[in-house]
Amino acid sequence: MVDLSVTLSGLKLDNPIIPASGTFGYGYEFAEIYDINILGSFSFKGTTKDPRFGNPTPRIAECVSGMINSVGLQNPGVHAVINEELPKLKKCFNKKVIANVGGFSVDEYVYTCELLDCEEQVGLIEVNISCPNVHGGGMSFGTNASDAQKVTEAVKKVTNKPVYIKLSPNVTDITEIAKACEAGGADGISLINTLLGMRINLNTKKPVIANKMGGFSGNAIFPVAVRMVYQVYEAVSIPIIGMGGVSSSEDVLEMMLAGATGVQVGAANLINPCICKDIIEDLPRVMEKYNINKLSDIIGGAH
Amino acid sequence: MKQSIFSIISNEKIAKDVFKMILSGDTSDITASGQFVNIKIEGLYLRRPISVCDYDSKTLTLIYKVVGNGTEQMSKMKCGNLDILTGLGNGYNLDCGNNVLVIGGGVGVPPMFNLAKKLKAMNKKVVAILGFNSSDDVFYEKDFSEICDSVYITTVDGSYGKKGFVTDALKDLSYDYFYTCGPEPMLKAIYDATSTSGQFSFEERMGCGFGACMGCSCKTKYGNKRICKDGPVLVKEEIIW
Repeated sequence: MVDLSVTLSGLKLDNPIIPASGTFGYGYEFAEIYDINILGSFSFKGTTKDPRFGNPTPRIAECVSGMINSVGLQNPGVHAVINEELPKLKKCFNKKVIANVGGFSVDEYVYTCELLDCEEQVGLIEVNISCPNVHGGGMSFGTNASDAQKVTEAVKKVTNKPVYIKLSPNVTDITEIAKACEAGGADGISLINTLLGMRINLNTKKPVIANKMGGFSGNAIFPVAVRMVYQVYEAVSIPIIGMGGVSSSEDVLEMMLAGATGVQVGAANLINPCICKDIIEDLPRVMEKYNINKLSDIIGGAH
Repeated sequence: MKQSIFSIISNEKIAKDVFKMILSGDTSDITASGQFVNIKIEGLYLRRPISVCDYDSKTLTLIYKVVGNGTEQMSKMKCGNLDILTGLGNGYNLDCGNNVLVIGGGVGVPPMFNLAKKLKAMNKKVVAILGFNSSDDVFYEKDFSEICDSVYITTVDGSYGKKGFVTDALKDLSYDYFYTCGPEPMLKAIYDATSTSGQFSFEERMGCGFGACMGCSCKTKYGNKRICKDGPVLVKEEIIW
């Protein structure tokens, strides 16, 4: 019997598989087709202080082995998430969930995290300082080391839950940002968010996406994600949740060998809604194939 | 929603760039006219959403226009299997009106077909208005004639049927409710040209097609809606143009 369990800052997961924020809503659409309690956990839709409609449509573009999205953090706001979404979520998911938090100022991040700190079902807070689709915030915190540290320090003061900072790959040196988050007291690092990308429609000769640019995700970005997880693993001593183009159980092993303790699956959920279930069911087979008895033994094994 | 494998029974050209594909598989999750399916196509990343033209307990009929790589690839398939998500979207609410219009424009015509069949089965008077650009684009006139009380065809260039737009045909008709699907400028023109309530089916670029990604959101008078999950059908009273 193989052991799939992993532990993220004291939060024990049955397996490392976590659907990534923004690709899994608040879980119920997927609960219609499989029992989502088989997941390690899941990271719910990025939540901000105030409700947001997000960007104009079209928000989606096809790419080779991937897609671009420019949703722009559409969400009902933290109060509606706590009062309406979390009670519904509790009915279909009985494990701890990861609260993904977005913001436009340090005060907004603090406000949202402080409220989510009181929610029993939230096992871990993932602070998104890397959304490429919003202006005047989001990614700007994730591309400047001292801002990243300030957000981390401020959020750590208002919550006792583990705080993971979700980093942007759109930087010159991701290890510098990761180290700043660790110095600010982060319990862990999530990476990578999407790569800034763009497509142009040959018929209209204009960008496909209304907001012109968006976040590129999907299988195509997997090697970039593995490289960055590998680099961050060498730079910090806190745990890593790895993500970016993961779509098979082999990808999960590769991500863990690079240094990830938890592994998020993002865009693949949109194409194959059962992908996380398929991966969890397939993991014992690939572990056996590669002579792995205990999955957590391979974390960082490539170093 | 259900993910299952369908096999292609036939796939034939029925008008300029327009194909009709009949598939066999598990249609049990299709619960309403106006729903759509989302099709995985080999080599392409995103699924392709296509409205359901007709279905029964074992077969699914799709009519689609070749507009890009996905539909072009579909048009070349003669046999084989497709991975399809079924039962997507809200579909039309049939419990409105007794003397109704079904108005389709271009590839907005197909979802009107199963709808018209169901409305007729409820003993309503059903009149179809089908709009196309030109005579080469016209399809399903006979199929609609077999089920509807009357069928009006319009073409923009006047090469077949009445010259003009669907709104030119509807202005002389009496009705107490309408259902429509087609390009957005047509929907807007129908919104302005009709005095009764009605239901509109919208199109948008989608990521997932089942409500997870927020790729196809729109604002309505009743709050933010996802075209794929809370739509594609919106009622006239909630639409903001």
